[in-house]
Amino acid sequence: MTSIREMRDGVRNKKLKAKDLVSEALKKAHDAQPKYNSFISICDESAMKAAEHVDKLVASGKDPGPLAGVPIAVKDLLCTRGHRTTAASKILDQYIPPYSATVVEKLEEAGAIVIGKANLDEFAMGASNENSAYGAVKNPVDPTRVPGGSSGGSAAAVAAGIVRAAIGTDTGGSIREPASFCGITGIKPTYGRVSRYGIIAFASSLDQAGPMTRSVDDSAIVLETISGKDPRDATTADIAVPKWSENLKDNVKGLRVGLPKEYFADGIDPEVRKVIDNAVQLLKAQGATLVDVDLPLTPHGIAVYYIVACCEASSNLARYDGVRYGLRTKDAANLLELYEKSRGEGFGAEPKRRIMLGTYALSSGYYDAFYKKACQVRRLVREDFLKAFAKCDLIVGPVTPGPAFKLGEKFSDPLKMYLNDVFTLGAPLAGLPGLSVNAGFTKEKLPVGLQIIGPHFEEQRILDAAHTVETHL
Amino acid sequence: MISEETIKHIAKLARLALTPEEVTLYSKQLAGILDHVGELAKVNTEGVVPLVTPTDMAIAVREDVVVPFKGDSEDWAVENAPDKSGNLYKVPAVL
Repeated sequence: MTSIREMRDGVRNKKLKAKDLVSEALKKAHDAQPKYNSFISICDESAMKAAEHVDKLVASGKDPGPLAGVPIAVKDLLCTRGHRTTAASKILDQYIPPYSATVVEKLEEAGAIVIGKANLDEFAMGASNENSAYGAVKNPVDPTRVPGGSSGGSAAAVAAGIVRAAIGTDTGGSIREPASFCGITGIKPTYGRVSRYGIIAFASSLDQAGPMTRSVDDSAIVLETISGKDPRDATTADIAVPKWSENLKDNVKGLRVGLPKEYFADGIDPEVRKVIDNAVQLLKAQGATLVDVDLPLTPHGIAVYYIVACCEASSNLARYDGVRYGLRTKDAANLLELYEKSRGEGFGAEPKRRIMLGTYALSSGYYDAFYKKACQVRRLVREDFLKAFAKCDLIVGPVTPGPAFKLGEKFSDPLKMYLNDVFTLGAPLAGLPGLSVNAGFTKEKLPVGLQIIGPHFEEQRILDAAHTVETHL
Repeated sequence: MISEETIKHIAKLARLALTPEEVTLYSKQLAGILDHVGELAKVNTEGVVPLVTPTDMAIAVREDVVVPFKGDSEDWAVENAPDKSGNLYKVPAVL
């Protein structure tokens, strides 16, 4: 399938028509729906209109943008003005945002065309895309297995060849894990790189949007389009966006690659371990030096993450009260019942669990022992990483302990599901950029991603290393 | 163990109506999760300042100027309202 670079060059040079690219993507999206359920809604009308607009710009000699004509899927967690946005929840089933997320606006200004809202775990809470109110997503590599989550629909849309790029979000691993399970590239940028304005909030100190694509070059192009300081998101960093795609190099000579012993301990599937070890040797063969590092707080990451994320979620999800938008119960005798029953009827089990956990951890008598403690340990987790980066230039390891698991396998045990996140939680807690690039397959042909984590704002370095892996695999 | 009374108390704080089955299920599941996260108590955090924003950044300030929002319709703010009267949201009596 044509790369993003080839697509946008083709459209800009009048060799390709946006209308053709988009109608092809829309057809593929509809055909694949019964198989993988990757979309919650498909934007036939608005996508064709946008495509016509791009073609008109090109025909009249005007600049159609750096992503001209590129069809893209957007996780249904990002608001799209005038188009239904559900967060995969009954509570927002018919919600039509009056505004678009900054990420969506930037993509559209660049000429990209949103062809559908991708399925996800409800409110981005999950690692398998089995928590959606609109049904589970199936992994296109093996439809009896999960695509990963929470950006499962985004990953599946790319893996199935419907689109070349999708936007996901990552709070505890929700871009990197599905990217690994589906055999594609996915990057979570440094906290503050990409605006969260218009992204339905789960955990405000962790959430970041990022691209999920077939190649590192594709990811670099999309990432530079969506990044940048945004006055509407006070947590965006006042830092220039480098031209990552222009400067992408296959070169790791002299780079010190850190291998945390905690990421290579027992409990990792031997097939996954084989793929990761092979990728590490590849980097060494390409001129990198391997360095042992320590991240001793790794086992505590799960506790820190689940307290912090659930506390923030309990606050962020308080707005769904049935008053101004979203589901309102038909069964309320008074205002209190309106709140309680709308939320009880509208939220799925996982959001309810996390709201309860967060509320408990923030409540009087427990705040210090849980939330404050978790924030203190979070600082220590970040310090762990900064200490490691004094000895190395990037950190690599597996994304998850095992490859894509079967649908239903972990669903009934929430704690088992949470333990799957042990390697991906560190980067968001510390605010660091991290990606997953496919590094091979298990005996059963299941994809395994190599995780690459960099220091704050060093996306170029991790993109380059990922490019080296994909080039020499 | 986390008692069903505690679950009901938290649900009240979170304004969440739970069925009796949910109360039982969450009581069990939350107990398991809380057991796991409780082990954070073992980590020495003496003198450690809590971290909330993970990337170093100054507090952003801006001019106190209103930038009006242009919706697609006059009543964009009540477009999604489950019950409204003109441009006002309608709810059961507050007092």
